[in-house]
Amino acid sequence: MSGKILIETENLTKIYNGRTAVDRLSFHLLEGEVFGFLGPNGAGKTTTLLMLLGLTEPTEGWVKVLGLDPSRNPIAVKSQIGHLQENMGFYGDLNAWQMLDFIAELNGIPDDSARERCEKALRAVGLLDEAEKSIRTFSRGMRQRLGIAELLIKECRIAFMDEPTLGLDPDATNRMMDLVEQLCQETNMTVLLSSHLLHLVQRICHRVGIMIRGKMVACGPVEQLAREKLGIDNDAYTLEQVYMKYFEEGRP
Amino acid sequence: MNGIRAIVRKELADHFSSYRFLILFALIAMVSLITVYMVGLNLKTELRGIAKPKFVFLLLFTSSGSLFSLVQFVAFFGPLLGLVLGFDAINRERSEGTLSKLLSQPIYRDVVINGKFLAGVITISVMMTAIVLVITGLGLKIVGVVPGVEELWRILIYLLISIVYISFWLGISLLFSILFRSIATSALAALAVWIFFSFFIPLGASVVANSQVSQTETSDVSALVQRARIVHTITLASPLELYTHAATIIDPTRKTTRSIVAMGPMERLSLSRFSGPLSLLQSLFIVIPYIVTLIAIAVICFGISYVVFMRQEIRSL
Repeated sequence: MSGKILIETENLTKIYNGRTAVDRLSFHLLEGEVFGFLGPNGAGKTTTLLMLLGLTEPTEGWVKVLGLDPSRNPIAVKSQIGHLQENMGFYGDLNAWQMLDFIAELNGIPDDSARERCEKALRAVGLLDEAEKSIRTFSRGMRQRLGIAELLIKECRIAFMDEPTLGLDPDATNRMMDLVEQLCQETNMTVLLSSHLLHLVQRICHRVGIMIRGKMVACGPVEQLAREKLGIDNDAYTLEQVYMKYFEEGRP
Repeated sequence: MNGIRAIVRKELADHFSSYRFLILFALIAMVSLITVYMVGLNLKTELRGIAKPKFVFLLLFTSSGSLFSLVQFVAFFGPLLGLVLGFDAINRERSEGTLSKLLSQPIYRDVVINGKFLAGVITISVMMTAIVLVITGLGLKIVGVVPGVEELWRILIYLLISIVYISFWLGISLLFSILFRSIATSALAALAVWIFFSFFIPLGASVVANSQVSQTETSDVSALVQRARIVHTITLASPLELYTHAATIIDPTRKTTRSIVAMGPMERLSLSRFSGPLSLLQSLFIVIPYIVTLIAIAVICFGISYVVFMRQEIRSL
């Protein structure tokens, strides 16, 4: 971690049809860190990610991604950010090679280096042997790994992962998290990880942010939050305890 | 335009390998071939022993064999091709979750819809050109007449008009695929519009005309003319009618796009004096308003889809 700020927001607000989805959010993302983005369903996490990507415009406040405004420079921002969505869709008729090829072409990667990158990415996520099969036949875990391969193709500096372990079995979940951790170390990728699996988040994230009802109520390393909220100074805390404490307080 | 090549290429691959496209193409190709074959055989027997009149080649497209002419067939079933290519263009991507994936790639949002429309237009062009070429070839073989330069120009213009016409229907279905979240709804809505314009407008026009003009005297010329005028005006609201009018470019003997002309003795005299075919330029003058209108409604239709798509909140995508 170099401590350089990659993403910064100030008073970021989004109002959908009179309902405040994100409420004056201010936080930053440092280079090389894994940031756990936590919160109950509907807390505004996905909306925040969409604003950071420039896919939806903030009602108020501003975002800077790598010094750029995503709603004014969407192309530059989107070429640096990989987005692994929850319920990610694939073209079922294509096979893994074709899918990655398509993503490479959309990212303007020249044909001669695309093949090489695809192979590298498929090997990294362990899908090289199944790459010729159509995606329709892929299991959920394989699809998620293919999603990670798409991020690798782009060689993006920042990756947003929205529930990457949703619906995976325990073994696949562990392997997924190992993969994420390994990639961060190898490629120095900065990751914004949104997940409900708090023990895994606690394991791999450097800092966490807890978002409840559109507001970020806590942000920092887990041990710091534990100290502040639970008054625990040793290692006898879990992120779950911290999270539940904030969650209880945030209740109307 | 960043990435538009990627999208067009993928869409084209999808179209040409999809079963529904192949089925529809087989159907349209088959009907066209049968029609032209029958018309061709008719022509052959009629032409036996006499000098071949000018422009006989174009009759392949305009004369109805036993059922309908090729022009009528395209006017009626061409829209189906456009609708089939577009009715699930956007909402399928939406329901499969691939739309937001596309949009988080470094491309502008309009590239998606432009690419889809362009790929559809290319598919339509390839298909219509193939059919027209096959008919031309078959005509050469059956009738044994080589088309002249002017005839080729007329066929080319007709081809372009057909592409614009079918692209208009592609635009309609693209719009519905953006407006309606469900694929079944957008398909039904597109079909409803097609049926409305193809069946109800002509029907409604004659109902309105009958209510306006009393039908007691069939020999009353002024009443007949007035009735025809009302029907003509109302049916112009239908793209099908516009296309049928515009497609008269292919028939050089047509002096007007109207099907009914009441003639007095003076007109008969002048008609016989000028009964020769029109020059290409003159024919073009007659149909140009319809061509321009067709292009305009196609552009407007795509324009509406474009604006609606660009303004949609991503969260609802």
